[in-house]
Amino acid sequence: MERKVTLFIQCIIDGIYPEVGFAAVRIFEKLGINVECPSGQTCCGQPAFNSGYRKEARRAAEHFISIFSDAETIVCPSGSCVNMVRNHYPELFRDDAKMLERAKDIGSRTFELTEYLVDVLKVEDLGARYEGRITYHDSCHLIRGIGVIEQPRKLIRKIRGAELIEMKDSDRCCGFGGAFSVKYPEISAAILEDKIGNIITSGAETVTGCDMGCLMNIQGLLSRKRLPVRALHIAQLLGGQWK
Amino acid sequence: MTNLTAEKYREEAIRGINDPVLQKALADLQMRLGRGAEEAYRNLPEGPGLRRKAHEIRMKAVLNLDSLLERLSEKIRSRGGHVFFAKDAHEAVKYCLDTAKRNNVRLAVKGKSMLSEEIGLNDAFAAAGIEVAETDLGEYIIQLAGERPSHIIAPAIHKTRNEIGLLFSEKLGIPFTTDPGTLTKAARKALREKFLSAQMGITGCNIACAETGHITVVSNEGNIRMSSTLPKVHVALMGMERITERLSDHDILFRLLSRGAAAQKMAGYVSYIGGPRPADQADGPDEFHLVIIDNGRAKILADEEFREMLCCIRCGACLNMCPVYGKIGGHAYGYAYSGPVGAVVTPLLKGINRAKDLCLGETLCGACRDACPVDIDLPRMLLLLRSKLADGDLKWDVRRENPAEKIMYGMWSGIVSRRWTYDVMLGLSRKVLKPFAGKDGMISSLPLFMKGWTGSRDMKPLAKESFISQWRKRENKKGNDER
Repeated sequence: MERKVTLFIQCIIDGIYPEVGFAAVRIFEKLGINVECPSGQTCCGQPAFNSGYRKEARRAAEHFISIFSDAETIVCPSGSCVNMVRNHYPELFRDDAKMLERAKDIGSRTFELTEYLVDVLKVEDLGARYEGRITYHDSCHLIRGIGVIEQPRKLIRKIRGAELIEMKDSDRCCGFGGAFSVKYPEISAAILEDKIGNIITSGAETVTGCDMGCLMNIQGLLSRKRLPVRALHIAQLLGGQWK
Repeated sequence: MTNLTAEKYREEAIRGINDPVLQKALADLQMRLGRGAEEAYRNLPEGPGLRRKAHEIRMKAVLNLDSLLERLSEKIRSRGGHVFFAKDAHEAVKYCLDTAKRNNVRLAVKGKSMLSEEIGLNDAFAAAGIEVAETDLGEYIIQLAGERPSHIIAPAIHKTRNEIGLLFSEKLGIPFTTDPGTLTKAARKALREKFLSAQMGITGCNIACAETGHITVVSNEGNIRMSSTLPKVHVALMGMERITERLSDHDILFRLLSRGAAAQKMAGYVSYIGGPRPADQADGPDEFHLVIIDNGRAKILADEEFREMLCCIRCGACLNMCPVYGKIGGHAYGYAYSGPVGAVVTPLLKGINRAKDLCLGETLCGACRDACPVDIDLPRMLLLLRSKLADGDLKWDVRRENPAEKIMYGMWSGIVSRRWTYDVMLGLSRKVLKPFAGKDGMISSLPLFMKGWTGSRDMKPLAKESFISQWRKRENKKGNDER
């Protein structure tokens, strides 16, 4: 049977970083796997849920579930979105038995990109090439939400020309926290300063991760400080054609 | 009662962030204790999974508080101890004060108790002309300086050696020094005098045991042992949820408590106290009073979604891992409890609207959950508190905090329910943001609420074309090519 994956694109990637989405597409093309991407998708509802607006988040979740209901395998290059679908949708629909079942079902078919590559496809070497030292940021929702820790590291270690250097406190929050970053900017920025400090101290020229929310935050301060470190999504390293 | 100052969360947070001494102290504390606890859990013979078992032990107790507390008090009374159930802070403080007055207490020594902070005991005693001397070294420093604790188990972490040296030379009349050994000895000398002359000792209670009818209290300085044995009256303050059924539960809980709180295998001193000095013994207090305090806990117990919070044993482990606490310090939380535990328990005890910044001012990173020795899901409850603020809640007497935001999210939910409306919004946002982009393609300044972002970091503008729109074109082209 031919393998097929259905891409679930994080809204930040859709609107701001489409190149990350296409990098993910290239990874699957390289592996000879068919890629589908429902063009009716929008947002999983996480921003509303995290701010407490559950009714509104439920509406987004209903849309998501209807769009992806027929997909066999859903793959998303964003850990926090997968965490939302897998771990928070059941909470959103706990009083609606029918939707709860659908939510749990869709959660069991939704995978984070590196988790899918390493755990399901059992692929670690994608034949990618990237020159330089790379450090990996463990996004909170990957490491503590869906337990993705080693998968991205395994993939990075197989990139030709690249060296993985661990930064101090890679598992510590970058201070993004969605609306938190705008509502409590001083606290958010203070946490981010530490993260940037650890990235710089590591000596890596590139910081990567599996969630564009965190990477957008990190890139924001790298850019403000004019620091010569790139923030790239892991799909860009694995799928090539980053710029 | 201790005043809640959580309304100043942001202001106090910024003050903390701009204090280089505090920043260094917090970083050191989190590195030492936070990472230390992580390591200590990993090295447990039963593994970190023991935290789940501890959660079950705590939850079982929380669900049987009525019968467990009854058994505890019966046993303590049978040994000649007194047990008083206080509905709120006022009743608890009044009982302590009455007991003090009846015994002509002029000086009370106190072992560290967050609950005494919660009920505002020190202020009430001071107002009645009774001196309360803190005996935990950190608390003692804070009391001399006239400040408030900034950490549940390390109350003086915001103070430097130099500051303490100056403080001691001023208040204790010793020559200025920054040597920790000399400073500790000076405190010890001053405290010994207090221990020997106090008429009352006040302590908290880490966990009580229904089976044996005693309370267990731990410390690392021996001050609690002295507070509970030297003065002729001992008053122990206990949150009504701090009990388990069996003594064997204590083994698990105290091993985890010590690891979570201080990355220790066991605290230096563990005292089991079940009543006053028996007639045939030489040591111990003549009177023992156990004050079991509700002060809002029954309301938490009644709500099954927040009940889990009563499993908390106030070890402070979550503070030692929290990235927000690690930057702002304890004072910003504005109440006896700081850090993630404070962010959940303070709104529940003092009002969700009043403490709204505690519910919203967190990143939801989940480090607190992993740090918790009894595996409490704090992020789940933070999310729940936010939902109460978003929509209001009758049971918790919460009013909708931000009606404009509610309308905005209502519109947002309509927009994301259809791709075409979403595309229209993306198009508009793109147009609005485009003029703000600088030469390097990044946006470095935005007005209104987005100033929060661009005040400290840049932002990439929206792409010329969304991923979905490009994908659609690609698929159409493919379809045409195939045809």
